[in-house]
Amino acid sequence: MTEKSDVTARGAGEAKDRDDARPVLRPPVNIFEDPHGITLEADMPGVSKDRLNLQVDKDTLVVEGDAKIDMPAGMEALYADVRVTHYRRSFTLSGELEPDKIEASLKDGVLTVRIPKRAELRPRKIEVRAG
Amino acid sequence: MFGNLTNFEGSLFDDLWRMQREMDEAFTRWPWPTGIRSVARGTYPPLNVGVTPEKADVYLFVAGMDPKALDLSIQRNLLTISGERKVPEREGVQYYREERFDGPFRRVVTLPDDVDPETVEATYTDGVLHVSVQRREATRPRQIEIK
Repeated sequence: MTEKSDVTARGAGEAKDRDDARPVLRPPVNIFEDPHGITLEADMPGVSKDRLNLQVDKDTLVVEGDAKIDMPAGMEALYADVRVTHYRRSFTLSGELEPDKIEASLKDGVLTVRIPKRAELRPRKIEVRAG
Repeated sequence: MFGNLTNFEGSLFDDLWRMQREMDEAFTRWPWPTGIRSVARGTYPPLNVGVTPEKADVYLFVAGMDPKALDLSIQRNLLTISGERKVPEREGVQYYREERFDGPFRRVVTLPDDVDPETVEATYTDGVLHVSVQRREATRPRQIEIK
């Protein structure tokens, strides 16, 4: 139990980004856990499937993407909240998760990543028989 | 400026780079003067506004919305975008992080004075709402021909 919460707490604690030179956007995420695995949802508006990059390297999950915005040529900015187009965030996974079985989907700029737990490590309900 | 002339290959990757650079350049120049109707940075949803002589473009970064749940209105040059984002709350799970915005939002954008409210167009792609309004012909810079 301690390991689990530690991982998720640390997980969102961002592994250090290597290419610091390039400014990145940190997508806001929701992370929740059920008995079978952990789900991560990230807001990455402007990112289409072909510009999304999801990687697992050992125990690190890296979510990366480039926002594409359909801009007319010669546009002059009047105002901008979003000044960077590269999203990146990384998370540390814990041992009971199965990185090989990660599933991901992207819809309307929301990325959903499902990381299942190893079957043998899922909590089992122990039935108490009367008798 | 002459970078384009040497770019014969025109690979997809180059294109992506170019696009990104253009956008980064366009949106990284600041500060802009603070508008009277402007709101604090960090207000949801983030938005960008850009203009060309022909039109004004507003980009709202609202991922995971049903376009029908977005309400757009324009009064003269004042564009109002409101809506409600409902992030489904899961039962029987343990949340570690809840950073995604949930709830109603509203933003007002002051566009250039010469926009024509009759010409608003909006599209929603990959979580970005793009609103485009034409500017009136009369105020566009004209090329004057020398005879």
